[in-house]
Amino acid sequence: MRDIEAKKITETVKDLCIQANYELSDDVLYLLNEALKKERSANAREIIRELISNADIAKKVRYPICQDTGLALVFIELGQDVRITGGDPLRREASLTEAINEGVSRGYTEGYLRKSVVGDPFQRKNTNDNTPALIHTEIVPGDKIKITFMAKGGGCENVGAYKMFKPGVNKEEIEDFIVETVKAAGPNSCPPIIVGVGIGGNQEYSSLLAKRALIRQVRKLNSNKEMHKMEKDILGKINDLGIGPVGLGGTITALAVHIETAPCHIASLPVTVSIDCHAHRVKETVI
Amino acid sequence: MIKKITTPLTDKVIKTLKVGDRILINGTIYTARDAAHKRLVLDIKKPPLNFKDQIIYYCGPTPPMPGRTVGSAGPTTSHRMDIFTAPLLKSGIKGMIGKGPRSKEVRELIKKHKAVYFVATGGAGALLARHIKSSKVVAYPDLGPEAIHEFMVVNFPVIVANDAKGRDIFEEGIRKYRKKG
Repeated sequence: MRDIEAKKITETVKDLCIQANYELSDDVLYLLNEALKKERSANAREIIRELISNADIAKKVRYPICQDTGLALVFIELGQDVRITGGDPLRREASLTEAINEGVSRGYTEGYLRKSVVGDPFQRKNTNDNTPALIHTEIVPGDKIKITFMAKGGGCENVGAYKMFKPGVNKEEIEDFIVETVKAAGPNSCPPIIVGVGIGGNQEYSSLLAKRALIRQVRKLNSNKEMHKMEKDILGKINDLGIGPVGLGGTITALAVHIETAPCHIASLPVTVSIDCHAHRVKETVI
Repeated sequence: MIKKITTPLTDKVIKTLKVGDRILINGTIYTARDAAHKRLVLDIKKPPLNFKDQIIYYCGPTPPMPGRTVGSAGPTTSHRMDIFTAPLLKSGIKGMIGKGPRSKEVRELIKKHKAVYFVATGGAGALLARHIKSSKVVAYPDLGPEAIHEFMVVNFPVIVANDAKGRDIFEEGIRKYRKKG
């Protein structure tokens, strides 16, 4: 057994919220620089230059990369030999969930990030500290906790899609659905985008898979060769749409396509597409 | 082509703006996004401000750090505001800044009212904030980030997306680069 203090989790989450929103990852910047070389529209290249310059200002002058600092998604891999200790039940730090939410609250407050969460979908009153976070926890072997934070903007989140296919369909039909989803999203998803696709599981699990696909490091290749090829094929089709950076027309609409698969029922073939904007804010750490 | 313009917008200036023009805006612009639009439409007979010939910026900024006037301040998706746009254009608003395309109805209204829709680069909130020299909340403070802010901007960079002649940058741009499968 290894003891990890709840306040350590809170501190870590707080730091990840701030770091993700101010410092665009080097791998995303690399893809933007590659896009600059490949993009054929001069106007679109100008937009990509603005995005690279924006990331530079955000990091050095300290402004959040985007004013939509997102809904806080937190993925936890909790080692089964970890015991969380020291929570103060009076200060919302008693459980893993509370420790994470306290970290999000402090990160968004102390980091001058926008509070974009309403407590009820109909009353729509702002919770004023960007909580609650959406937390997905997995129990894994070991005595560590891996925390992955993603700031998920509303514009790109609003244009994802889910579809249950018949198991008999061919792969092209699934590819077409993914490409059509990006086409329908058009400029509203803030291209050049990252596309996360979850195939398999069931209705809700395919959606979670799509998010897990999004948090895969963007330059890390899919270990499944068949899926790696499918990712490349779909990326090509998406870039043929001509939507371009911020949707003004161009040859780079997506920076990457990531697919995650899982076993599913003999009757089912669920597919979810989740889109992330070019301000792809994902940070992870292990404690 | 890069042009500098100053608010409030006049018909004479709007007439010179064409789809694709790069524009640097100077003067005052007003933020409003979903919640403020909903209220503005309810208050349309007695609006909290005189919006005649003004520009509305679809933006909800991050809170400023101490010693600063504004935080990150890029555009939000415009099409969510389409359902509120008719009464605002009728009340005299001449320009809108956001990201992404407008509905066919709004494009028609922009033409009818001789108005203009600009796009700012979505996700470039840090870069755009550098062009905002002052910010204050002037209406609906209870809406927090969705309150109406008055921004004083200097050379705020935008592109004309829908001009008063009815042209659309998205249709034209995407058509040019789409590969026929």
